[in-house]
Amino acid sequence: MGTPTAEKAAEEQIHGVPLVQGGLDFTGVTDTVCSVCERPGATKGWYISFAIASTGALTLFAMIIYLFWTGVGVWGVNQPVGWGFAIVNFVFWVGIGHAGTLISAILFLFRQRWRTGINRFAEAMTIFAVICAGVFPGIHVGRVWFAWWMFPLPYQQLVWPQFRSPLLWDVFAVSTYFTVSLLFWYMGMIPDLATIRDRATSTIRRLLYGLFALGWRGSNRQWHRYERAYLLLAALATPLVLSVHSVVSFDFAVAQVPGWHTTILPPYFVAGAIFSGFAMVLFLAVPARQIYGLKNLITLQHLENMNKIILATGMMVGYAYSTEFFVAWYSGNPYEQFTFMNRAFGPYWWAYWTMATCNVIIPQVFWIRAARRSIPVMLTVAFFVNVGMWFERFVIVVTSLSRDFIPSSWGFYWPTWVDILTLLGSFGLFFTLFLLFLRFLPMIAMAEVKNVMPQAHAGHHGGHRKEQV
Amino acid sequence: MSGDGKRKRYGYLVEFADVSSIIEAARRVRDEGYVKWDCHTPFPVHGLDGAMGIRMTILPWIVFGAGTAGFLTGIGMQWWMNAFDYAYRISGKPFWSIPANIPVAFEMTVLFAAISAFIGMLGMNRLPEYHHPLFRSERFRRATADRFFIAVEADDPLFDEEKTLAFLESLGGTAIEEVED
Repeated sequence: MGTPTAEKAAEEQIHGVPLVQGGLDFTGVTDTVCSVCERPGATKGWYISFAIASTGALTLFAMIIYLFWTGVGVWGVNQPVGWGFAIVNFVFWVGIGHAGTLISAILFLFRQRWRTGINRFAEAMTIFAVICAGVFPGIHVGRVWFAWWMFPLPYQQLVWPQFRSPLLWDVFAVSTYFTVSLLFWYMGMIPDLATIRDRATSTIRRLLYGLFALGWRGSNRQWHRYERAYLLLAALATPLVLSVHSVVSFDFAVAQVPGWHTTILPPYFVAGAIFSGFAMVLFLAVPARQIYGLKNLITLQHLENMNKIILATGMMVGYAYSTEFFVAWYSGNPYEQFTFMNRAFGPYWWAYWTMATCNVIIPQVFWIRAARRSIPVMLTVAFFVNVGMWFERFVIVVTSLSRDFIPSSWGFYWPTWVDILTLLGSFGLFFTLFLLFLRFLPMIAMAEVKNVMPQAHAGHHGGHRKEQV
Repeated sequence: MSGDGKRKRYGYLVEFADVSSIIEAARRVRDEGYVKWDCHTPFPVHGLDGAMGIRMTILPWIVFGAGTAGFLTGIGMQWWMNAFDYAYRISGKPFWSIPANIPVAFEMTVLFAAISAFIGMLGMNRLPEYHHPLFRSERFRRATADRFFIAVEADDPLFDEEKTLAFLESLGGTAIEEVED
């Protein structure tokens, strides 16, 4: 216990690692976060990334125009696989969009104070991922000019949508999820926008940030209602986040197709969504903290905690994969049994084993503490988890449809170049939005971080109290 | 603006450097009997609600009401559309059976409740607000960054130019200033 290092280690074991490091006080936190969006021009790296990402986004728009112009024949979909890349991408992006609300709502209710460093990030990612997801159901319907039939609007044919269809539940679930996530994200940002407004040196910045800060002035009578509203939104978003991917899984589970018609799908989809969402948060947060000097706010401890969640949810996903096989065998249903043998050893065996390797085997390195705390290792794992989770949706959608009941109606699905460019383009759209967010909005929830600092508590004298991580 | 050509006073603004001092000071302002006053902090300070004597907001009830309305809207809409106005026969099932209608009713509940939480919070806080007298103070710009303020309004029945100033000076703030309306 004699040396300062040993004393520090003992202190951390007892009280937890401080959430904000580098001796930052309130002023320091404000300066660190605000300076990112206050610098006059962006860095060279930002311009290069933005050029690449926006090219991707434009590719997406071009592919959509081509699709509308020519018809869904430009995609690889046909009988029997009518749901190709569009639905795979939709489920993939909605899944990514789950980490944000999980971090902001569920970890908030569980009083996991370490969430404050990363929640703004994750919420922004949620919004942009849901935007990317929302593109696909809209464009895959074939006759897009009838897409508004999905909504319960009165029109001259006097026919209403059919509410027994899970596809309609999806419309409600995803649009509610987007609205609530947007409210949550924006409401959390109001005090921070006011901070930037009050630091603004030019009239235009003061006006623009002031417009969105809605005249917030940190009054405690306002904070009182604000905190209550935030808690209520968290309490509402928690069942919502679990419901959204459950409803997405109903699109499959309510159908009769072998490999889809199972009750395990809702929890399995939710675990997978959290798994891929955390991997994406990590994938975005690690470079951002490096480039923008936020290592004192998004500490290695934050990253390690996320890696633990990735390990846990990865195990849940692996457990779901094996349960599916067991149930297929135990059910005694030959179609179900065939489907699962076909997934692992049929024509799409490579997709299945890519999925299993990326999602189940690779994250196991996180059992080792050094791997959880190593930047290159976590970036690699996060990358592979995202690849694996995309393939999981590919396996579910394509293998089941391509070989269902009658061998005479089997077929083989293969994407076209339009499918592939649309997928890549959706990443372009996602990163374009995210880069704009990094440049112009406070990427760390300053007011919330200040709230978990030891100085935020009355009776704080010289750093005796440390927040538990 | 009052008739004598001088701008009306909004009140006094006292600055504090840390959390403990503002909580102490807020208790004293509350005990003195002031009603038109407020604390301004960069983040919600725990213990300040009690120190100021703020009563619990009715927001949860508004949200509960809106959530209930959302649920009823969700159920009612589906009944109207699928069982009454344009009855669908799907797989030989009855025109109206609840289980298939739960997901949409649930989503509508959450949607209405969340929107009411957001709008209700803004409405009761009287936001958005284009201008507030406190924004005239240069010092007050740090209220959203790293300083803590107590503002006592001149409209308060207890307000007295001399006595209130003397009382506020005794609170131990780091600065005090007068804010015009």
